[in-house]
Amino acid sequence: MDILRIATAGSVDDGKSTLIGRLLFETQSITKDKIEALKAASQRKGLDFVDLSLLTDGLIAEREQGITIDVAHIYFNTPTRKYIIADTPGHFEYTRNMVTGASNASVSIILIDARNGVGEQTRRHFYISSLLEIKNVVVAVNKMDLVDYSETRYEEIKNDFFELSDKLRKPNQNITFIPISSLYGENIVVKSEKMPWFSGESLLNILEGVAPEDIDSAVLPFRFPVQHVIRPKSEEYHDFRGYSGKIASGQINKGDMVAALPSQQISKVKEILKYTDSLDSAHQTESVVITLEDNIDISRGNMLVKIGEQPELKKQVNARICWMDTEPMRVGKSYLVQHGINRVKAKVASIDSRLEISTFEASENVDELKLNQIGEVSFKLAAHIFADNFESNPANGAFIIIDEFNNNTVGVGFVK
Amino acid sequence: MNINKQFPRALEDEAIFILREVAAQFEKPAILFSGGKDSITLVRLAQKAFFPGKIPFPLVHVDTGHNFPETTDFRDKLAAELGVELIIRNVEDSIKAGKVKEETGKYASRNALQTVTLLDTIEEFKFDACIGGARRDEEKARAKERIFSVRNDFGEWDAKKQRPELFDMLNGKIDLGENVRVFPISNWTELDVWNYIKAENLEIPSIYFAHEREVFDRDGMIWSDSEFINKSEDEVPYKTIVRFRTVGDMTCTAAVSSTADNIDTIIEEILEAEISERGARIDDKRSEAAMEKRKQQGYF
Repeated sequence: MDILRIATAGSVDDGKSTLIGRLLFETQSITKDKIEALKAASQRKGLDFVDLSLLTDGLIAEREQGITIDVAHIYFNTPTRKYIIADTPGHFEYTRNMVTGASNASVSIILIDARNGVGEQTRRHFYISSLLEIKNVVVAVNKMDLVDYSETRYEEIKNDFFELSDKLRKPNQNITFIPISSLYGENIVVKSEKMPWFSGESLLNILEGVAPEDIDSAVLPFRFPVQHVIRPKSEEYHDFRGYSGKIASGQINKGDMVAALPSQQISKVKEILKYTDSLDSAHQTESVVITLEDNIDISRGNMLVKIGEQPELKKQVNARICWMDTEPMRVGKSYLVQHGINRVKAKVASIDSRLEISTFEASENVDELKLNQIGEVSFKLAAHIFADNFESNPANGAFIIIDEFNNNTVGVGFVK
Repeated sequence: MNINKQFPRALEDEAIFILREVAAQFEKPAILFSGGKDSITLVRLAQKAFFPGKIPFPLVHVDTGHNFPETTDFRDKLAAELGVELIIRNVEDSIKAGKVKEETGKYASRNALQTVTLLDTIEEFKFDACIGGARRDEEKARAKERIFSVRNDFGEWDAKKQRPELFDMLNGKIDLGENVRVFPISNWTELDVWNYIKAENLEIPSIYFAHEREVFDRDGMIWSDSEFINKSEDEVPYKTIVRFRTVGDMTCTAAVSSTADNIDTIIEEILEAEISERGARIDDKRSEAAMEKRKQQGYF
């Protein structure tokens, strides 16, 4: 069974929590005690309806302010697969969390309130979905009940959206439009009778139709970051030396010739192990142990790749950065860059341009990036990283930035 | 809706990746092991992650002294079989040392007191990472917690200051004295755990299966009768067939009426259950934010 990871984004009152509540309810994923607890909590707040947002707003501060601050993870199963929803806040000051929540998603659901239409938030959500190379974007026009299920209104919003998305849209991106009412469950699990003019499928059917994530493994280059060297030194496994890791992209077969980076030493794959099983091949997202025919020097942070598919060894990297810390990123400052599991020291050589995500205004020759700003940055690295261009291979093209002094994760980079 | 009942293997790959990151990023990690199904799952994952090497972490149990004997016997047996070091520290000792005060009254429990003993144990052994079996689907504050959850010198969790976790990149960089709680099965649901136990044919303590037990009723829940619970006169024990869905100590875990006596019937029962897993946790019922408040103070 596969897993589909979804990120939901919407403005404060777009009905995101209600939509999630509806999906959980219709897939029978909320239990009676949780519904009872919701009812009681809604009553305590003086509401005369059951506030489904209380289901996901788990922190005291969130319930006090009635807003979502942090990414919440919600789970449900259908006949085909397991779903993980990262529910991310719509407030612009929490863009950081939106990028975080969406980073693992293969589907992004963008909610638009049918009354308000395409807004600044919509643009921002779509921009982030594109920045993260999310292939499937579902634009759900919600609260259709409040515009009399009007086809004209829906088409209007659709046109407005495509006007903005054409500029940002990636060539391989699927954008699906759907009119819904989360409150009344229209077009959520079954097709709505209120909107006979809509020829598409229900939201859940759209999601069920998304292809599993590992479908690309045949075409992408093999990237295996070595996490940990396993050397049991026991009697039985005296000379065993296995390289453990999770395949970042592509696939590997027993007998393939591989190179270790950065040393460029070459060897042949002797065995691909998963616990006690020896496999003929393995593909991306699998955690395995690889043994080689030759004894070559490989340690944590090194990468195994197939010969002929080697990434460029980078000591200078240009990347699009989304800054996530209240302390701005500054030219000349040193940080740690963590690409996958490989950590190297890095210095900001220049910030070549900056995009204000709330206004989309770009400026050049800037010397700092503030919280929630996005910019093109050049780094000088103290050692090589083995990254691909993010657009061509997202699974090996991103890194996080760590502040050396307070250890916080302060930004994320997408290699250009 | 007829939902899919297979175990998604991607969850195992993810958990193994996380466990290997712990071994690589920290000096002195430990697995918090209670003998419950989630920690049994963790141990299995660790076994797989480092095979053919041994599990490179000790198992640590903070024993309230009020645990089900079936669970503690199981704990001892499993540790011995795996040849992994088992470290046990007792809440009883923290009480004797005057560090915590035993609760009194009808609802007296040592569950909250565990935190102090746990923090002392972390300090005693200088653990910098504690691996736990908590899952995000259990409770709404847990749904917000990171896989690598940084705690300060006092073991406290600050929900608003969590590090963003992007893609699968884990940042376990900390200062001396701080520690990280690691949750490799964050993305698993109760059903995933049971499906995994089934797929891997894992042994679990007998109290998870239906058995006859001396119980009494309180607040609409079935409590296991034991010397550790202060009963009132009208709470009269009787014998019935029950099982436990979640296993904490005897003062905070309610039983459910059930005849499910094997993994398959347990899975069927969970699929049809009207009450969530933590609905049987008396400790969560104290207030709406009970879990978050305990976490702020260093609870796992």
